[in-house]
Parts: sequence; structure tokens; C-alpha cells
Amino acid sequence: MARLNLILLIAVLLSALAVVSSNHRARKLVTEFEREQERMRALEVEWGQLQLEQSTWAAHARVEQIARDKLGMHPPRTNQIISLQP
Amino acid sequence: MRASRSPLLADRLPVWRARLVLGVLLAGSLALVGRAFYLQGIHKEFLIGKGEARYERVIEMPATRGRILDRHGDVLAISTPVKSVWAIPEDARLTPAQARKLATLLGIDAREVTRKLAAERDFVYLKRQIAPDVATQVAGLKLPGIHFQNEYRRYYPAGEVAAHMLGFTGAEDAGQEGIELALDGQLAGKSGSRRVIKDRRGQIVEDVESIRAPQDGKDAMLALDAKLQYLAYTQLKQAIADHKAKAGGIIVLDARSGEVLALANLPTYNPNNRSKLSGAQLRNRAFTDTFEPGSTFKPFTVALALDKGQVRFDTPIQTAPGRLTIGSATISDAHPHGVLSVAQVIQKSSNIGTAKMALNMPFEDMWTLFDQLGFGQPLKLGFPGEAGGRLRPWKRWRPIEQATMSYGHGISVTLIQLARAYQVFARDGDLVPLSLARSDAPPAVGVRVFSEQTAREMRSMLEMAVQPGGTAPRAQVAGYRVAGKTGTANKLEGGVYANKYVASFVGFAPVSDPRLIIAVMIDEPSAGKYYGGEVAAPVFSSVMGSALRALGVPPDDTLKPLQMANAVPAKEEM
Repeated sequence: MARLNLILLIAVLLSALAVVSSNHRARKLVTEFEREQERMRALEVEWGQLQLEQSTWAAHARVEQIARDKLGMHPPRTNQIISLQP
Repeated sequence: MRASRSPLLADRLPVWRARLVLGVLLAGSLALVGRAFYLQGIHKEFLIGKGEARYERVIEMPATRGRILDRHGDVLAISTPVKSVWAIPEDARLTPAQARKLATLLGIDAREVTRKLAAERDFVYLKRQIAPDVATQVAGLKLPGIHFQNEYRRYYPAGEVAAHMLGFTGAEDAGQEGIELALDGQLAGKSGSRRVIKDRRGQIVEDVESIRAPQDGKDAMLALDAKLQYLAYTQLKQAIADHKAKAGGIIVLDARSGEVLALANLPTYNPNNRSKLSGAQLRNRAFTDTFEPGSTFKPFTVALALDKGQVRFDTPIQTAPGRLTIGSATISDAHPHGVLSVAQVIQKSSNIGTAKMALNMPFEDMWTLFDQLGFGQPLKLGFPGEAGGRLRPWKRWRPIEQATMSYGHGISVTLIQLARAYQVFARDGDLVPLSLARSDAPPAVGVRVFSEQTAREMRSMLEMAVQPGGTAPRAQVAGYRVAGKTGTANKLEGGVYANKYVASFVGFAPVSDPRLIIAVMIDEPSAGKYYGGEVAAPVFSSVMGSALRALGVPPDDTLKPLQMANAVPAKEEM
């Protein structure tokens, strides 16, 4: 009887320690998860800003201006267009 | 055995004292048990709540508003997180050097910072909506009493080019105008929340219960083509500057699907900086402003006469002597033409020819046609303040009104209604609903208004109108067959026709298989020219040409230099 009690006592103690350690691990994981989520938000912010930046660089007005002024391009004149029949 | 030798203990204590002590101890422990029971059992909920309040926090999880994309996925509107800097003036005791540093980072005047911090208030915004990296720098200064607040800001990369179409969001990120309002239900997200346990350093250590996840708004993909939008906007802007006009609008529709590919109005505004806005800038004229369509309306009347079999395209109509008296009123052609065929009535835009055809029809037929074409009622696309225009019930019409309505006077329409109604010619006589969102479904089958035969005949008549001898040779596009109709309407001011005009042009191309419908309206051109053929048609031509090339539509005409440089538009009626 006494031996059984002793075994049970040890079992209880061990499981209590296991609970403590798994709780601790869980909290550490939660913290890590939070950090990752924070990183995700930061990346989202960056992505949004990059999209904005892209659309600013690719603005039609800017492209047209560069094409005309810097590259000296212009829409083809009528006599410069050759239409090909498929 | 003796108990003790002490005389004090020699006396036997009275029994009641032992009982009293026992009783007191018993009562004490009972009180403890009772209290424990009270706390653990009866008062439990309250105490748990109190306890949790010490370490649990509910965190709001904001949702992002969906993006607005053009049909190719280019961003037209996007929300990015920003921070607002606020301060508790009482706590924010800054040295002048600190205040200067703060002001430089925020890009505001140092005196303004000092003034704001001297305010007798508990809360003051120093600067709203700054970029997150600037906020990090400010936070790096570790100033007392300076705090940050997370907010979202909506950016519109296209700026004023697509302002009216997109609209903007107001406080709380809710849609206020344009697409932002029309599709608010789809774009808006639902913010979520979560309950967490925080440790003493403020770090989250555990989620208490299931998270109510935020639902981000969905992206909206519009039918709009950013390239066509830019083309349409710049050409319209140029024309308005050239003709010193008060306002204007342009719409590009996909003739096959009913999608709105571009829509621009002037004057416009920059949705990214709305500090000073006037009502005139804000109005989405294509939807909210009605005007008398003038001659652009004639094709509907003529098509009805054709469709009913009352006339053929070559039926001669006597328009001499250029005046026609109906009851007590007289209508006239500014330039008498003599005998014209039905096709020439369209080509030369004769009021009398059109009115004569109309007078042979019952009022009800004409009203039913206009109603079917969508005039007189808003299109209900979800835009705020969408106007329906004026179409009076036929029972109260008089013959003179029927005559003037046949050529677009005494009736008012919005530009979007007019553009949509031209579908009946560009398509084979049917009408499909307009769509602001990109639709990948196959071309819709619409409501039939005219027969295919009528639509085909009208297309060739409208093509004549842009050829030499018509009213709008300047609407021609190299390499493509185009068709369309000019309109020049005298503006009503206080019930009388003033010396102010609305020039318009509605047309489509390529005629062999129409792809695009473009409607242009220019309000009060005041640099001398005011005919639709001279003011609006060139805008149509340049936008149509660039748009067809941009879309890769194969040319359906030989590439010959246009003979429009010296072609004088035939004088049109108003």
C-alpha cells in the first residue's frame, strides 16, 4: 500500500513538473508567434509602400514624359504604320 | 501520577473555560470555511473578473481596407498603415533642443510644436498620418508625453486622373464617394479582437480564448483600364484648356461587355490632398449633371422610324425652306438643305428632317423608346447623387415638344446614359447593363431595342456623319472606320436659351465590329469654337485612336492620310 502511494506521489510530482514546463514552453512559443506576426505586419507595411512606390514610378504621365523628352519617342505617324494581314 | 507540582496548576480549571476556547476556535474555523465558500462559490464570477482585469487585455485587431485595382491589376487605391503623433501637453515638458529635433522630424515648425504643447488641453495631435519609419525615429527620441496611434491612410497613386471614378474614403476609413462608396460593402473590412494575458513587461504570453480574427476587406477589380483612363483624361484636359471650357467629361465603354473602361471629368481634384475642395471639383459630372443632348439624340428618333418601317435609309424628306411651324411655334435649320434622304438627315444633322419623322409617330412609341434606352431614370450603379435626367410622361406631351425632343431638346440626360444608349448602334440593336467591375463572363446578351438590320443601317449613317460632308470629319481615326454623332446644345439659363453651349460627340469604332464607345461632353467652350464637330470630335478621335492601338484592335480601314486637315465640317444644327 505504502509503496503504491509512493509511486503515485512521484507520478503526481512528475506530471506537475511537466505541466509547468509545457506551460513555459507554450508561453515562449506564443511570444515567438507574436514576434513573427509583428514581422508579418512590418512586411505588409513594406509591401504596401513598395506597391505605392511602383505605381508612382510607373505612372503613365511619368512614362509618357520620359518617352517623349528623354527618349525622343512619338506615336507613329500614319505613313509609318504598316498593317500586316495574318 | 501527579499532574504538576505547580500550585497554579493544582487547581482544577473550570470546565466551561475549555469549552469556551473550543467553541471560539470552532466558530473561527466555521467563519473561515464560510468565507471561503462565499468567495469560492457565491462570489466567484466577480472575483475571477477582477483578477483577469489585472493581467488580461482585449486587443483590437484592425482590418485593412481592400485595394482597388484596374483591370490589369495595377493599384488604384491602397491603404497603408501610418502613425499619428499625439501628446499630453502636461507630460510633454520638452527642452527647446528636443522640441526643435521633434519639429524637424515631423516636418513642421518648431514654434508650432511649442504652441501646441503649451495648450491647456489633455490631448493634442502634433501631426497626423506620418510614415511608420518617421514614427520609429520619433519614438527613438524617447520624449516624455509623446504617444503614437495606429491609423490607416488611403493612397490614390493615379491622383486626379481617376479621382471621380474612385472617390475617396472619409473618417473611419468608410467610403464617401465614387467606387469607394459604391463597393464599400466589399472593400471595408471587419476589425477583430483577441483576449490575451500579458506579463509584467507587457508582452503577450497567452491567448485566453478563441481569437475573433479580423476580416480584411476584399480587393475590388474594376473594369477601368488605367492606360485608357490616362489617355482620356489628358486629352480631355487639353481640349478644355484649348477651348477655355468650364467643364467636361469623357466616358469610354466596352461595346461588347458594357464595362466602363474609363471615365473622367474636369474640373477634378487630387484625392490624396483634399484640404481645399469645392463642390465643382467634387462633382462626378458624368453621373450627376444633366444636359440637353441636342443632335446626339437624333439617331434614336431616326432609328425608331427605320425600325417601325416608316422610312428607309433613302426615303427623301423635304426640309426646305428650313423652317417648320408646329402650332404656334417654329423650329428651324440654321442652314436650309432642301430635299434630304434619311441618311443625309443624320449626316447633315437636320432638325426639320428629324422632327418630320417624329411627327409621324405616336407619342407613346417615342417615350417607350427613350425609356427603354434608360433615359429619365438613374442607372443605379451605386454612385452618390446619380441623376436620372428629365423625360416627361408622354400623356402630357404636345406636338411641338415631340418635335424638339426628337432632336434632343426639352429632354435632359447624363453623359453616362447617353454613352450607354449608343450601345444599341454599336451592338446589334440591344442594350446591356453597364458594369464598373471587371467581368470575365462572355459578352452578355442584352435587351433588344432595335432589329439588327436597323442597327447596321444606323452604323453606316453614323459613319457618313464623320466623313467629308458630315458634321464631324475631325472624329476620323487613321486606320479605323469610326461612326458617331455630334451635338451642340444651347444652354438653358433661367428658362431662356443663353449664348452658351454644350458641345458633345458620341461615337464608336471600328464600325465593322465595334469595340469601344466613347462619349465626350464639353461644357461652355468659350474660345470661339463651340460646335461638337470642332470641339468634342477631335477629343474623340485622339482617344479612340490611341485606345484602339493600345488594345491591339486590328485596323479595318486602309491606312491613308486623313483628309480632315482641310475638310470643313458641314454646318450642323443646334
